[in-house]
Amino acid sequence: MTVVPPRTHTPTPGQTVGPFFAFGLQYPDMNQVVHPHSPGSLVLGGTVTDGNGAAIPDALVEIWQADSDGSIPRARGACRRDGHTFTGFGRAFTTDEGRYEFWTRDPGAEPGRAPFFAVIVYARGLPNKLHTRAYLPQDEAALAADPLLAGLAPDERATLIASRTPEGGLHFDIRLQGEKETVFLAY
Amino acid sequence: MTTPPSPTAAAPESLLAAPDQASQSAITAEIVAAHAEAERRVAAGEQLPTTLYDFPAYRSSILRHPTKNPRLVDPETIELLSPAFGQRDVAAIEADLTLQHAGEPLGERMTVEGRLLDSWGRPLRNQLVEIWQANAAGRYIHQRDQHPAPLDPNFTGAGRTVTDHEGRYRFTTIKPGPYPWRNHVNAWRPAHIHFSIFGSSFTQRIITQMYFPGDPLFALDPIYNSIRSQKDRDRLVGVYDHDLTSPEFSMGYRFDIVVDGPDATWFEPEEEN
Repeated sequence: MTVVPPRTHTPTPGQTVGPFFAFGLQYPDMNQVVHPHSPGSLVLGGTVTDGNGAAIPDALVEIWQADSDGSIPRARGACRRDGHTFTGFGRAFTTDEGRYEFWTRDPGAEPGRAPFFAVIVYARGLPNKLHTRAYLPQDEAALAADPLLAGLAPDERATLIASRTPEGGLHFDIRLQGEKETVFLAY
Repeated sequence: MTTPPSPTAAAPESLLAAPDQASQSAITAEIVAAHAEAERRVAAGEQLPTTLYDFPAYRSSILRHPTKNPRLVDPETIELLSPAFGQRDVAAIEADLTLQHAGEPLGERMTVEGRLLDSWGRPLRNQLVEIWQANAAGRYIHQRDQHPAPLDPNFTGAGRTVTDHEGRYRFTTIKPGPYPWRNHVNAWRPAHIHFSIFGSSFTQRIITQMYFPGDPLFALDPIYNSIRSQKDRDRLVGVYDHDLTSPEFSMGYRFDIVVDGPDATWFEPEEEN
């Protein structure tokens, strides 16, 4: 077991993304992790809400995921989509109704592990980024064996598991505060 | 697909002033009290984040910050890697915000250069750095910015680059102006440039703001002060560097960025070429 040496550099603190990030962070097809017409494509979407349950129209959501076979993408080009290379990264701004949407496909995982999307949310009024995970719903055995989910109360656990829509898409709401507040993560 | 009914949207900041419209002196007093309270709690052994999520002087954070502590988790493999970026992702000209239009933007031309490092001081190569900012008059090009300062037809204020082999990035731009907002009466943001950074691990992802030395607005600004300690706030202030200043051309600022991340990120990040 290799010993990790002490850290020598103090991290730069994070700050809010502020209200006017759209012109700085947008790029063509940024929410299309896969082309909408590609095999297995689906919509992953949901609403970002505040402590009053009001939609947040100026949030930014990013996802990063393994491919469906569990492999971790190492291909470049997430900022310049070519329509077929799977880079595993997507970025979406919420609409005036607080909704974000990605075109993507199901992530895979190592055998026996529960697949999930790594998610980061940022917003005006949110002083720093928040990490969370959106797990795929179906594989109950893998979900039951997941170390993070195993340590959560049922209502907390439910905030991290996406639901499958009748169309085969995935629905995942993000609640920054209040009832059913999403479980956020520190590493 | 079916979309569930959406809750009513909260208006964007530029359209919705904080309801109480406190005075600057009241906000400043809240900031001072919040810093003292954080210091007291840390002295008592509590762990608080460097940037406080619960910071009511920043009024729009009141309903938007989590109320529970984050859950400490061992990162999975996907979280210990991050999207791969390379020169194909950006064009060289995107690092020069003064060349994006027919003419030159108004304002004080500046370069900002720095290195992207991990917690052990190792350079992070081939990582995406994105910036955005107001123009020299303190106006954002964003459609929701209602500040009645002039737009500059020669300035958009967005740039991107990918770090080099030493983890270095460099932008040419103009110094942004201070920017008024409606957090409270007579609220002004210190001049700043927004930075968005990817590390070699998704856990290291950071969005932050770079400020300028000696800004008289520092003590008054709830966003800058959402960072609870002075020495951490100081890390967000670019350093004037005369060696980066180009004769008869531009002022130079240095802004190094250190990403955070769990100990698991110590294991050699993959070499990218």
